[in-house]
Amino acid sequence: MQPVRRTLPRHIPESTQRNSRFMGVIHVTDRAGQRHTLEAIEGWRVMEIIRDWGLPIEGLCGGACECATCHVFVAEEWLGRLYPATDEEEDQLDTVVTKPNSRLSCQILWTPELDGLEVTLAPTGA
Amino acid sequence: MTDHIETDVVIIGAGPVGLFAVFELGLLDIKCHLIDILPKVGGQCAELYPEKPIYDIPGFPMVTGQGLVDNLMAQIEPFNPTFHLNEMVESLESIGTPEAPLFRVKTSENGTTFVCKSVIIAAGGGSFQPKKPPIDNIEAYEGTSVFYAVRKMEMFRNKKVLIVGGGDSALDWTVNLQPIAKRLTLLHRRDAFRAAPHTVEKMRSLVASGDMDLHLGQVSALKGDNHVLEGAVIRKDDGSEHLVECDVMLPFFGLTMKLGPIADWGLNLHENLVPVDTEKFETNVPGIFAIGDINTYPGKLKLILSGFHEGALAAQKVHRYVYPEKKLLFQYTTSSTSLQKKLGVAA
Repeated sequence: MQPVRRTLPRHIPESTQRNSRFMGVIHVTDRAGQRHTLEAIEGWRVMEIIRDWGLPIEGLCGGACECATCHVFVAEEWLGRLYPATDEEEDQLDTVVTKPNSRLSCQILWTPELDGLEVTLAPTGA
Repeated sequence: MTDHIETDVVIIGAGPVGLFAVFELGLLDIKCHLIDILPKVGGQCAELYPEKPIYDIPGFPMVTGQGLVDNLMAQIEPFNPTFHLNEMVESLESIGTPEAPLFRVKTSENGTTFVCKSVIIAAGGGSFQPKKPPIDNIEAYEGTSVFYAVRKMEMFRNKKVLIVGGGDSALDWTVNLQPIAKRLTLLHRRDAFRAAPHTVEKMRSLVASGDMDLHLGQVSALKGDNHVLEGAVIRKDDGSEHLVECDVMLPFFGLTMKLGPIADWGLNLHENLVPVDTEKFETNVPGIFAIGDINTYPGKLKLILSGFHEGALAAQKVHRYVYPEKKLLFQYTTSSTSLQKKLGVAA
């Protein structure tokens, strides 16, 4: 199990941490069922937040909506508060086994309205 | 068994870097065969981004992935390499000595065997392989009831076939297998398909006439005994589940890249990459080279142009293995009549 880091990723300038951007948290349940609370920063993609905290999310294409390796399940109560998936995201979701609450976390831009967002990492295929 | 192909070099991977290696080897009179798992040449350039513009190929302000591949094919034409497409190298065995390397290379599909003096691995991110959906116990049915590609259509005659997916492969095989299957069911997660419109239309009319079934949902479990599939449990968006009877399932979830059998060839690996030196781009096994995205060394940049350079330098060392007695003379294509003869452009 990866320990949850308590400090922000090192490459974020301290000025950014203190001033301009709003911060909050997201809750991520990993594939072993453990729930992690991660600090989130406005303007970051949820995939980037999860990856930067060291949880096992592949994000192979780097957020270009080209691979579906950042597939997550979004808690029901949060689903309606997200921007709906684009056609491009739906096309990528066609390449994994989805549930009705499937989203690609690289396509969810974190904003203060998503403070407390709850997601679960989807299983990976072989 | 003596039925094998003898050649100087086997190149694994027919992407841009593998193709350009043919050119550099050809100038040194070295013959080669290329093997690629895809049905076409060009690797990622042709498979992932044929239409996407590339801006960092020297001499081309802009060229598309496919455009680059087409130009490389024209450039290597004088050397007449042999391509073995749709084949994956399964095993690579050293049968020589470090001073005089010799290798036996075998592919999986037709079981072609090569004996060669050097091997150049230009496999990029590895081999393109079908994405396997995360369904419990799916491995138990692979090869008997679950197939990720159609090799012989006849295998599916009079079978209850379940095809899963919504892209071109899923739709093409739906339309092609429907006439010979006992019953064909197409399963997709939503009622929208990213496939050629006329194929989608054909599928819709087959559904309308009752000649096949279309289900919307996801496979949540497989039913069967002893590697023989009997049915798939389909979960719909509303959470309800039902069973679709099937003898075979064909999931088409696109392609992903895997290192594959390269990991078993006794090469040093570092995070799925093959470490090489920067003089000859040779691996820890003399006679086996790695060029392009698959290799790693201090300062490595994963650029196509780096792979071209690496191929040129590797070819110099390959020459010593192929022609140990010959001295290699450095020449330019602009001035050397002997190079120009090889290129078929000598006056």
